[in-house]
This record gives sequence, C-alpha cells and structure tokens, in this order.
Amino acid sequence: MQPDISVKHLNKIYEGGFQALKDVNLEIYPGEIFALLGPNGAGKTTLISIICGIVNPGDGEVKAAGYDIRKQYRKARGSIGLVPQELNTDSFETVWDAVSFTRGLFGKPPKPSHIEKVLKDLSLWDKRNNRIMSLSGGMKRRVMIAKALSHEPRILFLDEPTAGVDVELRRDMWEMVRKLRENGTTIILTTHYIEEAEEMADRIGVIRQGQIILVEEKDRLMSKLGKKELRLQLQQKLDQVPGELTLEPIELSNDGWELVYTFDSQQQQAGVARLLRTLGDLEIEYRDLQTRESSLEDIFVGLVNEQSPQERSTE
Amino acid sequence: MNLYGVKAIYQFEMARMRRTLMQSVLSPVISTCLYFVVFGSAIGSRMGDIDSISYGAYIIPGLVMLSLLMQSISNASFGIYMPKFSGTIYEVLSAPVSYIEIVLGYVGAATTKAVILGLIILATARLFVDYSILHPFWMFSFLVLTAVTFSLFGFIIGIWADGFEKLQIVPMMIVTPLVFLGGTFYSIDMLPEIWQTISLFNPVVYLISGFRWAFYGVSDVHVGISVGMTLVFLTACLTIVWWIFKTGYRLRS
Ligand SMILES: Nc1ncnc2c1ncn2[C@@H]1O[C@H](COP(=O)(O)OP(=O)(O)O)[C@@H](O)[C@H]1O
Ligand SMILES: [Mg+2]
Repeated sequence: MQPDISVKHLNKIYEGGFQALKDVNLEIYPGEIFALLGPNGAGKTTLISIICGIVNPGDGEVKAAGYDIRKQYRKARGSIGLVPQELNTDSFETVWDAVSFTRGLFGKPPKPSHIEKVLKDLSLWDKRNNRIMSLSGGMKRRVMIAKALSHEPRILFLDEPTAGVDVELRRDMWEMVRKLRENGTTIILTTHYIEEAEEMADRIGVIRQGQIILVEEKDRLMSKLGKKELRLQLQQKLDQVPGELTLEPIELSNDGWELVYTFDSQQQQAGVARLLRTLGDLEIEYRDLQTRESSLEDIFVGLVNEQSPQERSTE
Repeated sequence: MNLYGVKAIYQFEMARMRRTLMQSVLSPVISTCLYFVVFGSAIGSRMGDIDSISYGAYIIPGLVMLSLLMQSISNASFGIYMPKFSGTIYEVLSAPVSYIEIVLGYVGAATTKAVILGLIILATARLFVDYSILHPFWMFSFLVLTAVTFSLFGFIIGIWADGFEKLQIVPMMIVTPLVFLGGTFYSIDMLPEIWQTISLFNPVVYLISGFRWAFYGVSDVHVGISVGMTLVFLTACLTIVWWIFKTGYRLRS
C-alpha cells in the first residue's frame, strides 16, 4: 500500500543553526491514526509544519498523498487539513465566513451542505453567524477544526489538539476522530496526553531531540515494552522471600504482607502459573491478588529518559 | 490556477474593507475636501493659473494621487500584515495557492479599493472645481497602474514590517513628503534649477505629471517617461515579491 505520508532522510536546520530534525524517516498509511509523542521541543510541530508547507524543508524527501511537497505542492497540500497547535483565529469574521474562506483557499467550489455538516458535528451551528472574537477559547478551537475539515482532506493533522481544552471538547474531539477514521481519513496527532494516544492511535512514533527513536504499533509497543505487576496480599506475614522464589523477579513489600511479582507481558502465562504453583507447594496463602499493566505513559517516560547513544558514549 | 483560492482571499479582503468603510472612505474624502477649501478656494483664488489651468483644477490630479498612493499602500500592507500578526497566515501558507495567486488576491483587493476611492475623490472634487478630462482612457489607466504598483509596494511593506510602527512609518515618513514635493501643488518649473534636478529623483513626480497630462494635456516631464518610470517601479516591486516568496522571507522559517 502506498503511504499517505512518506518522509525520507528529512533534516531541518533553522536559521541560526539549530538542527530541529535529524534524518527523520516515517511512513504513515491511509486510514490509520498515528500518534507522534515527544517532549516539548522535540520537533513535532516542525515536522508537521514542513509536511503542511508552513516551514521550509531542509534536505530530504517528503510526500503527502503520494505527491512531493515541493514539486507537486498543490496536490500535496490540497489533500491535507491542519489544526495547528497555536490558537490563531480571525476576529471580525463570522464562523460561517471563516470556514467557507478556508474551503475556497483550498481550491474547492462552495458546498454549503458540507460546511453545515461540519459546523453541526462540532456544535458550532448555533454560532455560525457570530464573530469569532466573541467566542470562547474552546469554541475558537472548534472553529480551527472546522476550517481544517472544510475542504474534505484525506489527511488530517492535529497538533496537540487537546492541550488546554475542556473535557467536553476533548470527548467531542475523540468522537470526531473516530468518525473520520470510519470515513477513511488518515489522522496524525501529536499529544502530551498519553492516554489520548493510548485510547486512539493505531501506531505510535516517539520523537526526541529531532530524531524518531521508535515507531511501533501501539499494541505491540505495549506488549514489547510493557511490564506487568502481580500483587498478592498474604494471609500470613513473611519475613523474607522464600528461597524457592529468590530467582524470580519478586519482592516483598508492605512489611511482609505483600508479594510483588514483575514480569514482561510476553512471558506472562508461564511465569504467573509457575509462581502460583510454587506458592501452593510452599503453602503460602493469599487473600487477594491484582495485576497491573504499565501504561503507555510509563513506557514513554522510560523511553525519553533513556540516554541517547551519543550521551552514553561520552561518559 | 486555483481561482477559488484567489477569490477567497479577494473576498475576504473586500469584506474587511466594507467593515471599515467609514474610516477608509470618509477620512480621505474629508481631508481632500479640506485641501480644496484651503488650497483650491481660499489660497487658490489668489493664485495665477499654471499652464493656463486654474489653480483649483491644477491640484486635482495630485490630490487624487495622494489618496491613491496612501490607500494602496495601507490597504495592501494591512491585508498581509494582519494574518502575519494574528498567526492566521498559516492557512495561506498551507493552502494549495501559488504566490502569484496570493498576490493576485491581496494586491487585487487593495487595488480595487484604491481605484474606487480615487474615483470617489474625483467625484468629490467636482463639487468644488469644474474640470475636464482630456484623455479619460489614459486617466483611468494611470489610476489602475499606480494603484497596482503601490499596492505591490504596500504588500512588500506588510511582509517586511514586524510591528505596527513600521507599518505606518513608510506611508507617513516617505510617501507623504514625496507626494507633497512631487508637484501636487506646483509645477516643477516653478522651482529653482537645483530643486528641479533633485525632483527628478522623486518617483512621484512622474506619476503626478503623467496623471495631470491625462487630465489637461500638460506635463512637467514627457508622458512616455512617466509611464516608463511607473513600469520600472512596478517591475522592481514584482522582483522583490518574487524574491520574498522564493526565499520565504519573513513568511516561512
Ligand atoms: N522558527 C524557529 N527558529 C528557530 N528555532 C525554532 C523555530 N521553531 C522551533 N524552533 C526550535 O526547534 C525545536 C523544535 O520545536 P518544535 O518543533 O516546536 O517542538 P515540539 O512541537 O515538539 O514541541 C525547539 O527547540 C524550538 O526551539
Ligand atoms: Mg509543538
């Protein structure tokens, strides 16, 4: 399948010499929801801005919907809708005019029925004749989303779409993303809310200091890097981990009232069964047990805190 | 060609102008009326004819030019400065529009409005002075050519400016003096020789001279030179605009 977004060996050095992207390679496929995770200043906005035509690319090749963003910029840009990170809106225009303006700008003939649908989906219909400056911040963000969808793009970029928005809008936005996916729209989002990526993304890319350090399907990422924890509340207090279990990654906690067993998700079946059997053999009884899966957030924090290879080698 | 894109920008700009109708039409009309009252009637009645044209009629082309230049520059510079200032420029930069289309939209709208305003001022002048237009076609052509050229110039200023002061400094500090010293209120022949020579470096002299020729058939410099100089300035502006978009100067980092 031809990717909807294809980035090859992309570099970006800003005026002043700061290198914001280093040899970025990335492919995103039609209809998928891709989450780009990374700490502040990692280069997420830079990457998106280059693909969308707002920032000049450095060397490397970038294609959107199969079109080169430089040589075939009309077709490339025409297939993209962008909701940028910053809340930049017109002021004096009405919601309807502003959203219709974007559709025209993207070279599409007027289609009031589509604008109406977008505004209704985003709960902006009642406000269509209001000037944008009279709207609240959340409503303004909805207007920006409506603008991005006004020209029926097949690829949608959402740059930190839910940073600082209210719960209601976040819920609406998730709902909207799901609906768009059903129509086959490719969605790329950056976010700080890892739960968002966890909830919605099919694949996840992690970017740090201008480098993509990992791209993986979410489920596989979870199982590959995810750790599980089994906690057993004991009937009787233990003074130490029984000798038969010392080879296992097991610890005693809660003053000896609890056994904590940590295991990789892959080996879960075998490990847990063996542990429980051994406990049975030792006649150690437990009142209760829970397992906990590490969240994407734990994984992410682990990843970005990891030293980069250069840093490691200089030590 | 993304005609819908050009139309979207053009209409957006025209809507902005309609919203500010009062300040953008009324204020130049009022100040032009004041010029006519003071220079045309009060002082003009004591002035002799210049090139056998009554003083009140003589200053009309220059006054129309003054408003035309100011309006072209301020409309076009504001039009592109505002989205840069508010951040909404991202939309234009991410849209499938070529730079020619962007310029057509912004400069086209600024030109339209400046020409309309020029015609309104011309009509207003009729209330004060009886004048005739010898070459209406050339008069209109000059009006449009000048409006296009200075709208382009304004567009460049709007991209260059990174603050409101800079946006206003060029019309205030450069264009106003050039227009006043460009033969609006006098014929260049009336100046001492040295100032006549210096005046020839003022591009506005050629605009006003050519424009006045279209009205009355008299001019300080030959009308061909006027047209030529305007075209030179137009080409210079076009070249700068081309360079701006090629390099992304102050638009794309
Ligand atoms: N126009 C610019 N000029 C110079 N440096 C920039 C510019 N824009 C961003 N940067 C720098 O590039 C890095 C990446 O920024 P950005 O892409 O916005 O990161 P993110 O979106 O991941 O937070 C940051 O260190 C930022 O300071
Ligand atoms: Mg960002």
